[in-house]
Amino acid sequence: MRIAVDVNGVERSADIEPRLLLIHFIRDELGLTGSHWGCDTSNCGACVLWLDDTPVKSCTILAAMADGHRVRTVEGLERDGVLDPVQQGFAHCHGLQCGFCTPGMLMTARWLLDHCPDPTPTQVREAISGQVCRCTGYENIVRSVLWAARQERENRA
Amino acid sequence: MTGPADHNGRDGYGAVARKEDARFIRGLGTFIDDVTMPGMLHGAILRSPLPHAVITAIDTSAAEAHPGVAAVITGAMLAERGLAWMPTLSGDVQPVLATDKVRFQGQEVAFVVARDRYAARDALELITVDYEPLPVVVEAGQALAGSAPVIRDDRPGQADNKIFDWSAGDAEATERVFAAADVVVTGDMLYPRCHPAPLETCGAVADLDRVSGRLTIWATTQAPHPHRTFYSLITGLPEHKIRVISPDIGGGFGNKVPIYPGYVCAIVGSMLTGRPVKWVEDRSENLMATSFARDYHMHGEIAATRDGTILGLRARVLADHGAFNGAAQPTKFPAGFFHIFTGSYDLRAAHCEVTGVYTNKAPGGVAYSCSFRVTEAVYLVERMVDLLAAELGADPAELRMRNLLRPEQFPYTCPTGWEYDSGDYPRALRMALDIAGYPELRREQAERRAHGEYMGIGISFFTEGVGAGPRKHMDILGLGMADGADLRVYPTGAAVLAISCQTQGQGHETTFAQIVAAELGLSPDDVEVVHGDTDRTPFGLGTYGSRSTAVSGAAAAIAARRVRERAKIVAAAMLEAAPEDLEWSDGAWRVRGDPEQCRDIRQIAMAAHSGLELPAGVEGHLDAGSVYNPPNLTFPFGAYICVTDVDPGTGVVTVRRFIAVDDCGVRINPMIVAGQIHRGLADGIGMALMQAISFDSDGNCLAGSFMDYLLPTAVECPSWELGSTVTPSPHHPIGAKGIGESATVGSPAAVVNSVIDALAPFGVRHADMPLTPAAVWRAIQGRPLRPDLATS
Repeated sequence: MRIAVDVNGVERSADIEPRLLLIHFIRDELGLTGSHWGCDTSNCGACVLWLDDTPVKSCTILAAMADGHRVRTVEGLERDGVLDPVQQGFAHCHGLQCGFCTPGMLMTARWLLDHCPDPTPTQVREAISGQVCRCTGYENIVRSVLWAARQERENRA
Repeated sequence: MTGPADHNGRDGYGAVARKEDARFIRGLGTFIDDVTMPGMLHGAILRSPLPHAVITAIDTSAAEAHPGVAAVITGAMLAERGLAWMPTLSGDVQPVLATDKVRFQGQEVAFVVARDRYAARDALELITVDYEPLPVVVEAGQALAGSAPVIRDDRPGQADNKIFDWSAGDAEATERVFAAADVVVTGDMLYPRCHPAPLETCGAVADLDRVSGRLTIWATTQAPHPHRTFYSLITGLPEHKIRVISPDIGGGFGNKVPIYPGYVCAIVGSMLTGRPVKWVEDRSENLMATSFARDYHMHGEIAATRDGTILGLRARVLADHGAFNGAAQPTKFPAGFFHIFTGSYDLRAAHCEVTGVYTNKAPGGVAYSCSFRVTEAVYLVERMVDLLAAELGADPAELRMRNLLRPEQFPYTCPTGWEYDSGDYPRALRMALDIAGYPELRREQAERRAHGEYMGIGISFFTEGVGAGPRKHMDILGLGMADGADLRVYPTGAAVLAISCQTQGQGHETTFAQIVAAELGLSPDDVEVVHGDTDRTPFGLGTYGSRSTAVSGAAAAIAARRVRERAKIVAAAMLEAAPEDLEWSDGAWRVRGDPEQCRDIRQIAMAAHSGLELPAGVEGHLDAGSVYNPPNLTFPFGAYICVTDVDPGTGVVTVRRFIAVDDCGVRINPMIVAGQIHRGLADGIGMALMQAISFDSDGNCLAGSFMDYLLPTAVECPSWELGSTVTPSPHHPIGAKGIGESATVGSPAAVVNSVIDALAPFGVRHADMPLTPAAVWRAIQGRPLRPDLATS
């Protein structure tokens, strides 16, 4: 079947098998390998990207379901050569080690700050509680998101 | 920039931001499944659904007829090429693809190569295998029963399921100490089978160039150089024609040390099809078939005087290694470094016996940040000390403080022969108690208990031995544990360091640049670190057992110092001074007594490559290399305190606080060190409370996905409270010790001690990990209930 998806602002269309998972469409068909596959069961969140404006686990969504919708991936965070504050925050606060969970974490963090610009540490922890990081013990991810929130508040002020 | 502050403000070589981050925050890392090549095919493995069975027939005809399939490989086909079995890292053998029998659920039976990953999986469904089920050995305790089937009947002379008997320490001296002791406390405890579960599973892309005969294999390996040697030995390809590339690794934790059948299948697939073949396992395959950790069934005994002086320790261990002995550890030590089980205490005698057995479960045993079984050792001794404290009615902090080794005892040879290099244990424990506010916590606990609330305070103190070799004692399949470093300094002074170890997130590209930069007066930005490519790096054993800083870090520092010495000769020529009149200070060679007369590495590097006349016999250029064969392990240590709240109605454990004081000697990048500790602390919560690979009585794995194998998330982890002390290693060139596994090693005991402490009013003396709500609840129910709960 043929699908057309707006991926990071660019219209992408392809002939796909109906059973193709969204994560495989993004990675294998489009070559956007920032989103990762980690578990198959929606538990780890390495595959989190946005479908329209909502973070989803793309390992359990069919590519066909994205037909006519917008997808935003980690590759779409940087704008005009400027890193998103959440990207800056993760680098600034050592919010990543191996980097495998990072794109999914960044997409959730971006969504959180869009909806909750001044989160508490608990709100950050709850926001990323559907995602697994095996390296950071989460502490520096929380700090990274809070750093980005602070940065954005200062930028607005 | 500065990162998260070190507790007491030390900044080591500087908390500089990581070089690695730039690619990862953009989603531009290159992990194994990101590697693609023109014409690449995809492989998938058919695995055994049964834990023990004879294979009576395999029919691959339907799979071969699938239009997307390029090849179907079976054990019989491999046997024709002498590739059906391969060596494990413990000197055993393991089938690449099963020929005669399957011996654990998930064992590799056939390999399909197809045009894409979906077609490969489809074709697996078309393969028919006839199995004749055999009785299974699931529990290690059943393995040596007379009625147990002999799992490894492929091994000549193997008449039972025993792999080894091994012991350390002095049995007679220990018996004498125990016979004379006032108090002897015993305990039986299981360190359950768990799995490192890196977020990226294992995989490989193999590309055999039929014209040149060169094999390039991208693989998720923590040890690219030994892998190259083993691929040569397994396949018969000459080693100089093999290039192993370990791309960005999405976490390893020991899971990516062994050679797995899938890697070899990818190679064979490329040999047969003439095209690159990718194999990436799925999560269930990773959890069910790759190297697990622990599975140690331990009996401990501790002897002490009535007033609380610990005298001796002994242990008997039954070690479940699964169906093939694939533990990745030095040959000499079949139980790893378990015999460091005397821990951090000043004992008179100790003795341990370990028996390894085969069961119908996945092979492995040494994986998951365990520092070669120090994890199990620390857990045993720290639980035994708490059991002793309970028996004596002593405070666990005071009992530890009384028995810790004193600073003046170092270097200290423990009763089983390890020589601890340096330490100030009481200082670390005092700092942890101070950060925790220990007396106040005990007061709070008493108040809460009076109100029927169950709060626990658990302490563990650990000593690790990390950074293997020396190579005369430590090897993997005969390859000694020494690692090389090559340092090139270009004419502009920019430097490239090539190392044999391999980052899986530890930040080697940053910390190793910092080491070289500090030695040469450069900025870390001036030093590029090359790793993970056997064609571009010197030989070495790789990254596991917290050995990168301890071994490769030393090699890098020594190579840099050799560069510096070469630079001295050149600087002397430039300054028209005698080399012996120069001294290195503040990033330059300076004329003694006239420090303004100086040359820095950039100036010297340009001159070293120029037409400058050098003394006779001086070659010019500045490049240097080294191979570091450690004289001893390094011995990091730490004091951990865990505060938990236990809901007696549901058994739910909440970790309220976790205080960790670590001493890993000189810290290169304190930000990265803190991150390593954070990781291991989360591991401790995971292992203590939720992570276990369990099986039913038929040998079915019950933890084959992240729905069943639970991992801690952000809401189960508290905000870690770190402290640090710095006791340099006296034998390491920059005084550093390993840190990568400390927290994984030290923290589970603190969590368990805390939960058991919380349950003390119920009379609970011990409960095995994982302390899930059900396990805690059962432990509570097994004891007299409080009247108010019994009636509710």
